[in-house]
Amino acid sequence: MTHKTVRIGALTRVEGEGALVVHARDGRIAGLELRIYEPPRFFEAMLRGRGHTEPPDITARVCGICPVAYQMSACQAIEAACGAEVTGPLRDLRLLLYYGEWIESHALHVYLLHAPDFLGYDSGVAMAADHRDLVERGLELKKAGNELVTAIGGRPIHPVNVRVGGFYRAPSRRELAPAAERLRRARDHALATVAWVAGFDFPDVEHDYRFLALRHPSEYAILSGAVGTGDGRAEPAGFAVADWSDHVIEEQVPHSTALHARLDGETGYLTGPLARYALNSARLSPLAREAAAAAGLGPVCRNPYRAIVVRAVEIVHACDEALRLIDGYAEPERPCVPVEPRPGVGHGASEAPRGTLYHRYRLDDGGLVAEADIVPPTAQNQARIEADLRDLLGPRLTLPEDELAALCEKAIRNHDPCISCSAHFLDLRVDHG
Amino acid sequence: MAETVVVGIGSELRGDDAAGLEVARRLRGTLPPSVAVVENGGDPAALVEAWSGAALAIVVDAVSSGAPPGTVHLPAEPPAPSRQPSGSHALGLADAVELGRALGRLPGELVVVGIEGGDFTPGAPMTPPVLAAVRRTARGLRERLSRERPGGPRT
Repeated sequence: MTHKTVRIGALTRVEGEGALVVHARDGRIAGLELRIYEPPRFFEAMLRGRGHTEPPDITARVCGICPVAYQMSACQAIEAACGAEVTGPLRDLRLLLYYGEWIESHALHVYLLHAPDFLGYDSGVAMAADHRDLVERGLELKKAGNELVTAIGGRPIHPVNVRVGGFYRAPSRRELAPAAERLRRARDHALATVAWVAGFDFPDVEHDYRFLALRHPSEYAILSGAVGTGDGRAEPAGFAVADWSDHVIEEQVPHSTALHARLDGETGYLTGPLARYALNSARLSPLAREAAAAAGLGPVCRNPYRAIVVRAVEIVHACDEALRLIDGYAEPERPCVPVEPRPGVGHGASEAPRGTLYHRYRLDDGGLVAEADIVPPTAQNQARIEADLRDLLGPRLTLPEDELAALCEKAIRNHDPCISCSAHFLDLRVDHG
Repeated sequence: MAETVVVGIGSELRGDDAAGLEVARRLRGTLPPSVAVVENGGDPAALVEAWSGAALAIVVDAVSSGAPPGTVHLPAEPPAPSRQPSGSHALGLADAVELGRALGRLPGELVVVGIEGGDFTPGAPMTPPVLAAVRRTARGLRERLSRERPGGPRT
């Protein structure tokens, strides 16, 4: 009986710290564990006893890459619990802030973390030495996102201007003008990015994914919507965000500080760009739809390696829609709506760049947080990433270990996992015995 | 573009790791207009952006070399890039130097000031010897940079 173990001690070019161990027996995969070993961070426990205004700022600290996602899901959950609703120009401002974060995060992932896999570099820095103009373009794009977040949120990461009910201060039209100027250039860069990544050499792989993403009646859902599920063939099923816990169940697994999630009893569904695109591609902005068509995406994409193309299309959409919102922006009469605490339960979900991020809070009689539940996208995707890896490795176990490890890392980076977010993640170890 | 840029790097949530940020905060508004002061939470792209085109960049960051906490390393050698690049979360000054070099966007002169930290525990306050080193470093930089004629050539 032959045994083999492939171990990746620390995954590179992903957010946070995780490892992978693969156990092989007689040429078959006996076990595969995506290990999220970053310590549990106890955010949910930390939130108990806090005032109803505090979750957006506390949970923003879960991640330096997508703090706005945490703020938006938290705000909406608290507002739902308190019977408040943010509409009109204040909702537009939230969406604008979120587009800024999307541009920042997607540009970073596409250019510095993911593209090196397709061009044969170990790192974005090594790629920059040979492709200076490309990396400069990526940094310009990211900067446009940074400036938008700064203009609305007060600083480029961990914005300080977000509050339950809206903002501490609404920016003037004049203050958004420089960000709009940079966004116009960024939109061109984003279109060029789609054309660039669409030309990469993609492995011929498709998975029969079960997708989960928010859906909105008139928008490519980012800020809000109902939960949509489906395989991209039939009309998606769906449920209200408030019914999340009836459908999505988290469970502990021994090898990870991240939880695994089941959707209606089944493990291994996918959230993130492929899911959003499969369930919502018709609602992209016309310019983003054109870019997607020119890139050959079709209405549904099941090739995880082409997620980089979907992300690039989503950058086009974010730039395009942000410009539309800035053009139509009217300064709100007041920067926030009142949100008075009351006992109850509130649910909020939004689309972080990596997928659906759900928050639930129960407020007690004093208006303090009695329970908090946060379900980040990477934890939801973890079982599906493991399934992708099984499909990839099964026929290739005889390859040298360093090749196996490189293949695994590429497959994982397709999903842009944010290990820090999900650490409630890579070291690849293949155990051939 | 400012002639000189002072960049304080760090995380205010990890005890003495905030030393660089705190130096920047103490210098802000006290220096000639030719000197820009920037805080950086660890984003190498923003770091490259901050020092592009500057004649002089002074980067202040907490270090852990085994020296007594509060030791000021001036000038400190920029750290060697890790052979094991990790996620963007862990990209640091060394990666920013490498990225800046690859893009031809290093400052004319790069001075790294390291402040030896003692306690990097999440949620901990800065320790007294490191706070004292922050005050000393801010005072020293203010004296050096205030001597320069606003907008004039550096000597």
